[in-house]
Amino acid sequence: MSTISGTGSAGSTDPGFAMRYSVASENLLVLAHIYTATAALTVGALFGLLQGFSRANFLALPAQFDYYRILTAHGVLMALVFTTFFICGLMTFATYRSIPRIRSVRLGWTGYCIMLVGTLMAASEILAGNATVLYTMYAPLKADPLFYLGATLLVAGTWFVAADILRNVISFGRNNPGKRIPLPAHACACTFVMWIIATVGIVVEMLLLIPWSLGWTSGIDVSLSRMLFWYFGHPLVYFWIMGAYLIWYNVIPTTYGGKVFSDSLTRLAFLLLLVLSTPVGIHHQFLEPGVSAGWKWLHTLTTYGVVIPSFMTAFAIFASFEIAARRAGVRGFVATVRWLPWTDPVFTGSALGMLLFIFGGFGGIVNSSYSMDVLVHNTMWIVGHFHVTVGGPVALSFIGAAYKLVPALTGRKLYAPKLALAQTWMWFIGMLLMSTSMHIAGLLGSPRRTSDVTYFGAAGAQSWHGEMVFAAIGGTLLFISVLMFVVVAVGTRLLNEPETQREAFAFAPAEEESMPTAPAFDWLGRWATVAVVLAVLAYMGPLHDQLSVRHFLAPGMRTW
Amino acid sequence: MTFGLAMMAVFLATITTAAVVDGIVPPSNVQTIDPAKVSQTPPFDHPGLHKLANGSYEAYYVAHIFSFEPHHLSVPLGAHVTFYVTSTDVEHGFSVPETGINTMVTPGWVSTVSHTFTKPGKYLLVCNEYCGAGHQLMADAIEVR
Repeated sequence: MSTISGTGSAGSTDPGFAMRYSVASENLLVLAHIYTATAALTVGALFGLLQGFSRANFLALPAQFDYYRILTAHGVLMALVFTTFFICGLMTFATYRSIPRIRSVRLGWTGYCIMLVGTLMAASEILAGNATVLYTMYAPLKADPLFYLGATLLVAGTWFVAADILRNVISFGRNNPGKRIPLPAHACACTFVMWIIATVGIVVEMLLLIPWSLGWTSGIDVSLSRMLFWYFGHPLVYFWIMGAYLIWYNVIPTTYGGKVFSDSLTRLAFLLLLVLSTPVGIHHQFLEPGVSAGWKWLHTLTTYGVVIPSFMTAFAIFASFEIAARRAGVRGFVATVRWLPWTDPVFTGSALGMLLFIFGGFGGIVNSSYSMDVLVHNTMWIVGHFHVTVGGPVALSFIGAAYKLVPALTGRKLYAPKLALAQTWMWFIGMLLMSTSMHIAGLLGSPRRTSDVTYFGAAGAQSWHGEMVFAAIGGTLLFISVLMFVVVAVGTRLLNEPETQREAFAFAPAEEESMPTAPAFDWLGRWATVAVVLAVLAYMGPLHDQLSVRHFLAPGMRTW
Repeated sequence: MTFGLAMMAVFLATITTAAVVDGIVPPSNVQTIDPAKVSQTPPFDHPGLHKLANGSYEAYYVAHIFSFEPHHLSVPLGAHVTFYVTSTDVEHGFSVPETGINTMVTPGWVSTVSHTFTKPGKYLLVCNEYCGAGHQLMADAIEVR
C-alpha cells in the first residue's frame, strides 16, 4: 500500500494529472460528505433529545414539532442521511487514497448533489408535517409524493457514488493484471456492490409508492411493500457496519503502529458480508401475518450466518492489538489494554464503539431468534438495540475516524484534541445509560414509537416511566457529545491555520503471511453473482407465496 | 470464535426444537380479508369472545385508528384464547405486555396469536406499531377473572 501525501494522486506519472484532477477537488468532495453528515447528526440529535424529554414527560412539544414528526426526522436524518453521507465520503476517500484515481471526481460530485437535493426535499416535507410516516414509511400511511421522491433521489445519488468507486476499482484491475486490489479499495467495492443489490428493494418499493401517493393508482399492496422495505432494511444495517469495519481493519491499527492482522481474512470478511447481508430481511417481519413460519425460520438461519464475519472481525481486531503490543514488548491482557493509545480520540472512538457492539451483538441474536422476537418486537428493547449498534460502534467509529479524516483533508491540526477525547467518553457513557434503560423498558413491555406511554395511568404501564427518565439523561449526555464533536470538526477547519507540512495519511499495512491470499478473493464479479443468487433464493419463495395468495390493496390514508 | 459458532448452533437447535416439538413459532397466519368489508365479514362483524365446543375460546378483534373492538374483554381464568385480529385502515400492533401476545396487524390480512390466561387481573392491551397522531391513545383492557 502506498503512502500518499496531499500533493498529488497516487501512481500518476502524467504531470498534467494533478492539475486536471487536483487532490484539492477530491478532498473537497469527501469533506462535503462528512460535513453534510455532521449537519444531519446535529439536527437529528436535537430531535432525539426533544423526544427523550417528551417521553419522560419533562416537556410538552409544540404542534409544529409534534413527537411523531420529529421522530420521523430523527430516524431519517440518523439512519439514512448521517450514515449514508458519511459512508459515501469515507469510501470515496478510501478508494481514492488506496488506488490511483483514473477519472475526474465529477461523477462523485454528481452523486453528492443528487443525494443532497433528495435529502432537502424529504426533510422539508417531514418538517412541514406532510410525511409523518417514520423512517420505515410503512404503507398504507400515505406521505406526500415529494417525500418519497426525495428518498429515492437520496438512494439514486449513492448509485453514482457507487459507480465512481467501482469504475476506479475495475480499471485498477484492468491496468494491473496480477496485482491485488488494495485492501481498503476491496472493502469499498464489496460494500457498494452489496449496497446496489440491497437498494434495488427500496427503489422498487418507491416505484409502487410514488404513483400511489400521486393518486395514479388506487391502492397499495401493503405486505409486498413491507417485504421490499425489509429486503433493503437489513442490508442497510450491514452497510453501516461495513463502514465501521473498514475503519477498524484499515485505520485503527495506524493509531498504535500496528498492522492489519491478515490480508486474506479481511478480504473474506468483506466478501461474506457482501454475499450474506441481503438474504436475511424477513427477521424484521417475524410477527407479521402473510409470511409463513417456514420462511421466517430460513431467515433466522441466514441471519445467524451473517454473524460469522463479525466473529472473524472481533478475532482479527484483538489479534492485531495483541501482535502490536507483543512487538512493543508488552504481554498480558491488562498490560495490552493499558498500552493501547487511549489518549487518541481516533482509537478511543472505535474502541468504545467495539465495547458497545458486544451488547449490540447479544441483543441482535435475541431479536433474530425466531420465536424469541415475540418478547421484544416493537418494544423499547429494539430501540435500545439499534442505538447500541448504529448509535454505538457505527456512529462512534465514524466520529473517531472524522478526527483523522478532517485534519488529513483540510491540512490542519485537529482542534481541541482533548475535547475530542472527552467527546468519545461522553457518548459512550450517554449511550450505555440510554440504551440500557431502553432495553429494560422493552423487557417490561413498553412499546416503541409512542409519544406517551402512561395509558391513562393503567397499572401495566407504571413500571415504564422510571426507565424513560434514565434514557432522557443518557440522551442529554449524547446531545452534549454531538455538540462537542461539532466544535472539534468545524473548529479544525475554521479556527486552525493550514500546516505548511501536511501530515501524510496512510492506511495500515497488512502483516506478512506465509500463504498468499487466494486470487479468488479478488474476483468481485463472481462474488457479486453469488450475492444476487442468494438474495433471489432467499426471497423467491416468500415473494411467490405472497403474490400467489389473492389479497387486497389498501387505499391508504393520512392519519396524522 | 469457535465458541461463538458453537453457541449459534445451540441457539438454532433450541428454537428449531421448540418450533417442531412444541409448535412454538412466531405468529404467521396466512389468511386474507377485504379491509373495506371487515364489518360485514363474519365473524369480524361481531368482535368479541366466542366459546368453542371443545372449551377453548376465540377472540375476534378489529383494530382501527385509534382503538380496538371489542372494548374491555372479559376472559375466564384458565381460558386458552386464540386471538384473530385485523385492521380496517393502516398497520397496527396488538400486544399484551407480560404475556406472549404480540403480533403485527396488517390491513388485508388476519393475524393470530394464542395464550392461556393463568393469572387473574386486568391486562393492558396496546397498539405497538405507530399508526398516526393518536397512536399513544390506542389501548384497551383484558380482564381475567
